[in-house]
Amino acid sequence: METVIKTDKLTKRFGGFIACNALTFEVYKGEIFGFLGANGAGKTTAMRMLCGLLAPSSGDAAVAGFDVYTQTEKIKRRIGYMSQKFSLYDDLTVTENIRFYAGIYGMTGDSIRAKTKSLLDELQLQGEARTLVRELPLGWKQKLAFSVSIVHDPDIVFLDEPTGGVDPVTRRQFWDLIYHAADKGVTVFVTTHYMDEAEYCNRVSIMVDGVIAALDSPDGLKRRYDCGNMEDVFYQLARNAKRKAD
Amino acid sequence: MITLEHITKTFSKGSVQAVKDVSFQVGEGALFGLIGPDGAGKTTIFRVLTTLLLPDAGRATVDGLDIVKDYTRIRERVGYMPGRFSLYQDLTIAENIRFFATVFGTTLEANYDQIKDIYQQIEPFKDRRAGKLSGGMKQKLALCCALIHQPRVLFLDEPTTGVDVVSRKEFWDMLGKLKERGITILVSTPYMDEATRCDRIALIQKGAILSIDTPQGIVEAFPGKLYAVRSGQPFKVLQDVRAYNGTQTCFAFGEALHVTLATDNIQGLSGYLAGKGYQDVHIEPIEPSIEDCFIHLLKD
Repeated sequence: METVIKTDKLTKRFGGFIACNALTFEVYKGEIFGFLGANGAGKTTAMRMLCGLLAPSSGDAAVAGFDVYTQTEKIKRRIGYMSQKFSLYDDLTVTENIRFYAGIYGMTGDSIRAKTKSLLDELQLQGEARTLVRELPLGWKQKLAFSVSIVHDPDIVFLDEPTGGVDPVTRRQFWDLIYHAADKGVTVFVTTHYMDEAEYCNRVSIMVDGVIAALDSPDGLKRRYDCGNMEDVFYQLARNAKRKAD
Repeated sequence: MITLEHITKTFSKGSVQAVKDVSFQVGEGALFGLIGPDGAGKTTIFRVLTTLLLPDAGRATVDGLDIVKDYTRIRERVGYMPGRFSLYQDLTIAENIRFFATVFGTTLEANYDQIKDIYQQIEPFKDRRAGKLSGGMKQKLALCCALIHQPRVLFLDEPTTGVDVVSRKEFWDMLGKLKERGITILVSTPYMDEATRCDRIALIQKGAILSIDTPQGIVEAFPGKLYAVRSGQPFKVLQDVRAYNGTQTCFAFGEALHVTLATDNIQGLSGYLAGKGYQDVHIEPIEPSIEDCFIHLLKD
């Protein structure tokens, strides 16, 4: 299996506080990797380091083969990012949003035009090309946001709680897109508070108090902790977290 | 304790219908849940009931008082925890509580018993600024501030959104204790699994109520039979079950698929899957969850 993210004792300190403590794990090409954790466990800090936005204090990590200390600009070109909070510009049209992000990721003229067309076809949004994003129903917006985050065919896409607050049908349609992207070889690194979604991942890591407390397939975790579902696994691991009070 | 009759609220000169003809009642001492995704109109309903927004049409009362005529009196007797954290980030825990107590003409000491259970969990950090607290602690502080004047009714707008499973469980345990003390609670959430913690719920989508009942009543109203289909290749089996012509609906629910059939012929489905080469498929009838019911109601 090809490795696209590899960390070795990746650590981030803020003063005396160790946000991420010696994280060691690998993520494989085309896998859907669920990155779970209690509030305050250090997920966001870890993701920021992997996206090249925050320098680690110690340890090593490579993302898409690039070093998180010295090659952050190269990392940024090989990854996509989407969160529920920030994704598209409401005041731009569908086409303008695609063009904007494609441009940011260094695509130019013809390739942007070709990609815009194929993306609109794929999403069946041809009729809405000139519609302002703010006028789109939430479900369409989400699909567009996800497609835009992988417009430059990145190796890895980071999804930070992509389905928060979304209705149950739209939430599932969104996972269809995730599976589709993973099928095409994009590695998906996803955080969520919906424990049923943890079941849709190939492997899941659960962070507690700055360390990875467990990492395995959902089935493997359920067997090891003798639980019927991922919610109970999570509860067992995170229940005694010290940092939740902080 | 709370009544809404045909409440309608529009924005942007009527072009956005946030709440459409919503009516329901919450009895004294009840824990009532508004369950629905973003954009369902939950926050607008809260803002109308807490007298922060005037409805376009309809009537509503809180504790027997009219939300338009008696708005000042309503404000004295309700506690409101808005969806967005809205305490003073630059004040400490203790200062925030003192501030809200003063606004309502009371003190922390006079109401210590009212908030003791919750306050004791954050008391060790009382000199920390609110902006420096974790999500779970902010939530507890906000609840203390909403309770400090001994309200008869609590309005909690998405108190558990973005909060991890452990803190969510703790929060609902706290609500259970408040309910035992006779406080009426209206709470909203996008998490369907929290619905079973409520006495009654309204499922809401795009400003309109889909159904109101006890959680059990909503589950019992689910038409037809629901089956869980499990297999080692969940995504593949999802696509195949969807392609089967006897399938009415098929949605992924964690490690299982939840399937309804046009005619109740489960042998037909298992034969079809065997024909597709699956050897590890397990099918069993199950009781629907609130989320199954919500999805079903969305389809109508």
